[in-house]
Amino acid sequence: MRNPFRSEAEAFRFVLVSVALFAAVALAGILGGGWAALGVFLALAVAVAIYVKGEPAVREPAVWERGGGDGRRHILVVANETVAGRALRGEIVHRARGDADVLVVCPALNSPLRHWASDEDRARAEAQARLDESLAALADEGVHARGEVGDADPIQAIDDALRTFGADEIVISTHPPGRSNWLERDVIERARERYGCPIAHVVVDLLHERERAEAVPPVAERRP
Amino acid sequence: MATVTHAEHPPEAHRSSRVDARLLGMYFFIASETMLFGAFFSAYFFARVVASGGEAWPPEGFELPVYLALLNTIILVTSSFTMHWALQSVKRNNRSGLVGGLALTFLLGLTFLLIQAREYTRIGFSPGDNAFASTFFGLTGLHGAHVFVGLNLLLYALVRSVRGHYGPEPEKHLGVELPGIYWHFVDVMWIVVYTTVYVI
Repeated sequence: MRNPFRSEAEAFRFVLVSVALFAAVALAGILGGGWAALGVFLALAVAVAIYVKGEPAVREPAVWERGGGDGRRHILVVANETVAGRALRGEIVHRARGDADVLVVCPALNSPLRHWASDEDRARAEAQARLDESLAALADEGVHARGEVGDADPIQAIDDALRTFGADEIVISTHPPGRSNWLERDVIERARERYGCPIAHVVVDLLHERERAEAVPPVAERRP
Repeated sequence: MATVTHAEHPPEAHRSSRVDARLLGMYFFIASETMLFGAFFSAYFFARVVASGGEAWPPEGFELPVYLALLNTIILVTSSFTMHWALQSVKRNNRSGLVGGLALTFLLGLTFLLIQAREYTRIGFSPGDNAFASTFFGLTGLHGAHVFVGLNLLLYALVRSVRGHYGPEPEKHLGVELPGIYWHFVDVMWIVVYTTVYVI
């Protein structure tokens, strides 16, 4: 939700909107009495809430220092449930060929209720477990990556990571369209608008990967 | 002799938020103020809807100066325009606009407060008379106290602007921006107070 007191200009606009809305409420009160005013107030409150909720937060283009001055490429990977996906792992291995510094950020997804109650421990622990699994798999493939649990908002998680990690490119991994909350919230487009560096989008279909893994019997079973 | 080296200043704080700490402080302050006003409005509506038992509101014999309060509303809304003008002026490095905008905002705010004080002395009832009077003085008094705080902030900004402080860069006019945000908040609160207490 957008803060109506974000700046003086926003606050001033809020004053004008309040004058208009409450003038409508006052007019309804004068013409139709208290209940009419209450009805108009509630209708306007709902309309404003829908408008504010639907308006995406505006963020300015991000500025950060790229590279670490060590001549290596810096790759920032942002992934949540898909962090252990094979497609993402393959993409990281492919991009990290040569000498690259890889940081994997796993946003701690939480339910809205737990978020508002500041009950983040479980979400962070689960994100950490997925991250550890992914880092171990990457290490098996010869990629030495670091990892950290980030903010639940992927854009905020990238912002936070860029403060200490000068990424040259960003890889964002999501579920396929239709199953991805991040795609529904236009995370990829917003990231491309905000960060002036190459951004790769990797789609990981965990369901498909799982089905394929179950269809192929383990090596030991295939032996005669 | 062993030498101990000290850093010249503490390390830069790592902030996860992109919002300036001072601005963030103002957001939290306004959020807490909203809750404070919310508590007073709850008391007002409880007294009006539940405790009054369906009797007339305001009770018979009690009358509010709706048009005088409307004049006060116009004064306060106008002061938001002058406040906005002051900030737009400093962003364009127009110093006379900054000083003039802040001075006008301060004078309009002071006029509002004086009219309210005059209204209190002539209104004909006191806070201890009944629930209506208590909630009326509670809400308008709470708002008046906020106007008083806002006037102090404005006076401080005005004195600094006369002395040549502030500049067009965002970092250099935060001292005008923050009182501006607070002033607009006070203005919005008055619009709500006026509509609920005087009009409806």
